Amino acid sequence: MTRIELKVDGATVSDDVEPRMLLVQYLREKLGKTGTVIGCDTSNCGACTVHLDGRSVKSCNVLAVQADGAEVTTIEGLATDGELHPVQAAFHECHALQCGFCTPGMIMQSVDLLKDNPNPSEAEIRVGIEGNLCRCTGYHNIVKAVQTAAGQKTEA
Amino acid sequence: MTATQDAPTTEPRLEIGRDRRRKEDQRLITGRTKWTDNIQINGMLHLAMVRSPFAHAKITNIDVSEAKASRNVVDVLTGADLAETQGVLINAWPITPDQVTPTHLPVPADRVSFAGEIVAVVVARSQAEARDAAELVDVDYEELPAALDLKEAAADTVLAHPDLGTNKSALWKFDSAEAGTGGDVEEAISKAREGGVVIEREFRQQRLIPAFMEPRSTVVDPTGEQLTMWSATQIPHILRFALAATTGMPESKIRVIAPDVGGGFGGKLQTTPEEWITVAVARRTGKPVKFTETRSESLMSAHHGRDQWQKLTLAAEKDGTVTGLKVELLADLGSYVSLVGGGVPVLGAFMFNAIYKFPAYHFACQTVLTNKTWTDAYRGAGRPEATFGIERIMDELALELGVDPLEVREKNWIKAEEFPFTTVAGLEYDSGNYEAATAKAKEMFGYDELRAEQKQRRESGDKVQLGIGVSTFTEMCGLAPSRVLGSLDYGAGGWEHASVRMLATGKVEIVTGASAHGQGHETAFSQIVADRLGVPFEDVEVLHGDTQVAAKGLDTYGSRSLVVGGEALVKATDKVVEKAKPVAAHLLEANVEDIEFKAGSFGVRGTDAAVSIQDVAGAVFVAHNLPDGMEPSLDSDATYDPINFNYPHGTHLCAMEVDTETGQVKMRKYTCVDDIGNVINPLIVEGQVHGGLVQGIAQALWEEAVYDDSGTLVSASFVDYLVPTAADTINYDVGHNTTPSLTNTLGTKGVGEAGTIASTPAVVNSVLDAIRQFGVKDIQMPCTPERVWKAIQDGTAGATEDTVGAAAAHFDPATDGEGQSQRHDGNSSEGAGQ
Ligand code: FES
Ligand code: FES
Repeated sequence: MTRIELKVDGATVSDDVEPRMLLVQYLREKLGKTGTVIGCDTSNCGACTVHLDGRSVKSCNVLAVQADGAEVTTIEGLATDGELHPVQAAFHECHALQCGFCTPGMIMQSVDLLKDNPNPSEAEIRVGIEGNLCRCTGYHNIVKAVQTAAGQKTEA
Repeated sequence: MTATQDAPTTEPRLEIGRDRRRKEDQRLITGRTKWTDNIQINGMLHLAMVRSPFAHAKITNIDVSEAKASRNVVDVLTGADLAETQGVLINAWPITPDQVTPTHLPVPADRVSFAGEIVAVVVARSQAEARDAAELVDVDYEELPAALDLKEAAADTVLAHPDLGTNKSALWKFDSAEAGTGGDVEEAISKAREGGVVIEREFRQQRLIPAFMEPRSTVVDPTGEQLTMWSATQIPHILRFALAATTGMPESKIRVIAPDVGGGFGGKLQTTPEEWITVAVARRTGKPVKFTETRSESLMSAHHGRDQWQKLTLAAEKDGTVTGLKVELLADLGSYVSLVGGGVPVLGAFMFNAIYKFPAYHFACQTVLTNKTWTDAYRGAGRPEATFGIERIMDELALELGVDPLEVREKNWIKAEEFPFTTVAGLEYDSGNYEAATAKAKEMFGYDELRAEQKQRRESGDKVQLGIGVSTFTEMCGLAPSRVLGSLDYGAGGWEHASVRMLATGKVEIVTGASAHGQGHETAFSQIVADRLGVPFEDVEVLHGDTQVAAKGLDTYGSRSLVVGGEALVKATDKVVEKAKPVAAHLLEANVEDIEFKAGSFGVRGTDAAVSIQDVAGAVFVAHNLPDGMEPSLDSDATYDPINFNYPHGTHLCAMEVDTETGQVKMRKYTCVDDIGNVINPLIVEGQVHGGLVQGIAQALWEEAVYDDSGTLVSASFVDYLVPTAADTINYDVGHNTTPSLTNTLGTKGVGEAGTIASTPAVVNSVLDAIRQFGVKDIQMPCTPERVWKAIQDGTAGATEDTVGAAAAHFDPATDGEGQSQRHDGNSSEGAGQ
């Protein structure tokens, strides 16, 4: 067991964890941050995407001990004072989710994408979220949501 | 309580047809979701499954001692330990009375019949410890020869279940001459051989994996009077019934909850070994138990879909009028006949004739057992396979005749003025307008311009060629009239149930037996009820997915929720209004006959007196002043059994660029104009179409469950099973042409499966259309760059060894072993090359 201390969605937390525990398991099982989900075991689906010190990571690909001292933001910490983050609002507005299982990861990835590139082209968006799988939406409306969050005009 | 209002001067805005943003989004975008795997209960135990690495083997010994001794392991159970207590998995649709059906135990004790089958279960205090210990279970197998190839299995060369004596499970037939719905297909074919056109093709429907994003998960809590099961399922009600029927527990002691479910697409239309095992262990230990699968386990052992060989013979006159269609299918069931199993290809039986007026039709499907993962419904279930077959062969006919593929379709399709139309498969299509949908699609797509560009590229020998693919599809959805299901020997009905509860505060709670997993029922059903009761959209709450709340239901599949579940809701809502009328009359001191209900208000004809439905609900709640003898409740139930299916249709057009040097395909444009009847929420509909399209396109271009020679699934992770990403896909042009359905009050048709059903043939047709000039006749799906490149290179059938066989259908001696279409018009026999 290793003692870690980190900040998750603004709150400081500290736990003894097994060295092999994944960050996503830590978030879900120890902290109850079940908004972040697990969709695969090969780091392909992106469902587990969170921000680690401000950058998007697949939290199934990071050990909990690696997050020691870091700041983690999950989907549950994205809205501030009850106000949806613009990307969250755009996903709702553009109907960019159906079952919603990919949505937390997809939103966290999109936020990071827009941070790097506030005005991405459609192709840049598509490549930027390539590591996140969605089986429901066909991506059409997800791309539109990212464009909308970026303040771009979109056609139907 | 009586209120007098001015009669409304303006019509309130209707909810139906509005692009309401979804109610369910709020929790999903903020992570306040209840997935089954989120559930933690004090003292909960976790399971890990030990699975067979072999496709077919005898279990000779299982040594669990080391696993049992490891840290925090509570028990390790084998099939022998679980024995009778585990129950059995059922097949709800024996398609023939003499269907050969192997017994399907959750954990077999003596023999495994596919790689991934469970042989032992580790029960531990944590998931990690359970998984660690599963590695320590030592199983000795004696490998048996495995039936892997579908055609070889159909010949019974190797038996998937030796004790059954055959791999042939059932042969299901439909013949229009026998059924009295049309002529004799053999006659049509012989006639066409004399002086018409006969097209014979064999197509492969590769095996697919539904690949819902949320892995399956089950939690069972045996404490309390009822055993409670949470499961990532599409079918909580059917699950409860099957559990009761096979474990001896009374149905009333089982509560099944489908909380938030992360996609299904048919893949969660199943009763699974893992669910049965979780129940058995929970009952055995008296503790709450959880099992959540890994993605690899999911891809390997959650059911697969499609997997058919399709032999099609199309007879036509020289002017392109089709005179008959004969379909012979081989369908791979995998190692067991699962819940719907063999019924899936049978659903296709009604759809091969599609939108066309074929005078003669014969369909035969042989279902076959193999040593692979069992197959069952995957989005479209039987109908995409059928649509693929017919829309591919209609293209071949057009090619043979040298006419535009849309022209040959139009020559044969049912004209708008011919509805209602009874098809050669015996279904009555209520409404549709194929001309209008096609005209609109062509215009949106820029059909003529793209054809011109294609010609120009061809003439200039451009290294990037352009292909245009067509698919004019229809489907039957809204499963299903119970009598029809009965006539097909399906083990249940096709009705749906709804309840409407008027709360004291004037809010409305509705309960539906349909169980959503991403479809947006909360929103769409709220819109329907808001209009019919004249209450605000926000005031309607939709409850579902818990057998203790929604006591009756038949769940969500077959594009049925809106057209069957929605209709039940309409009927229950109308009953509420009828119950409220005498109360309103009483409160308004008027005659019931004079009461009119409009926009949420009961008025007295010819006066201004009115009372709102909310006030009536309040009056009924307090029950202080009701008509004599009136029951103090407005709540109403309705169970609706559909009278017919409904038949959405559409025209899909795909423009594909093919790099002839690399075989790379690039979708340039995709346009569809669907007729799904009246639309409740256009935003939700569009989303359903987009998602459906991509799944169909993925079958054409990327996805396949591939097994190696020893029966191991090679594509058992998202590294190898190519679910498309955002970078693989494009934006789609989605349009509508509306002819309301006549089989339900709202005039709606199903939409959940349309995109998937229609898109696959449009895409494959587009790829072929781009490279036909190289002599390419067929490419087996998925049309990978390698296959496309090979097809271009060898100029004939190309594209992998499998495909060579597939392209040239040498199954009729009448084609002189050439296996391609022949036109017997006195000219030398020509293959369908150009
Ligand atoms: S869970 Fe799939 S990438 Fe992390
Ligand atoms: S919304 Fe279901 S996987 Fe993306």
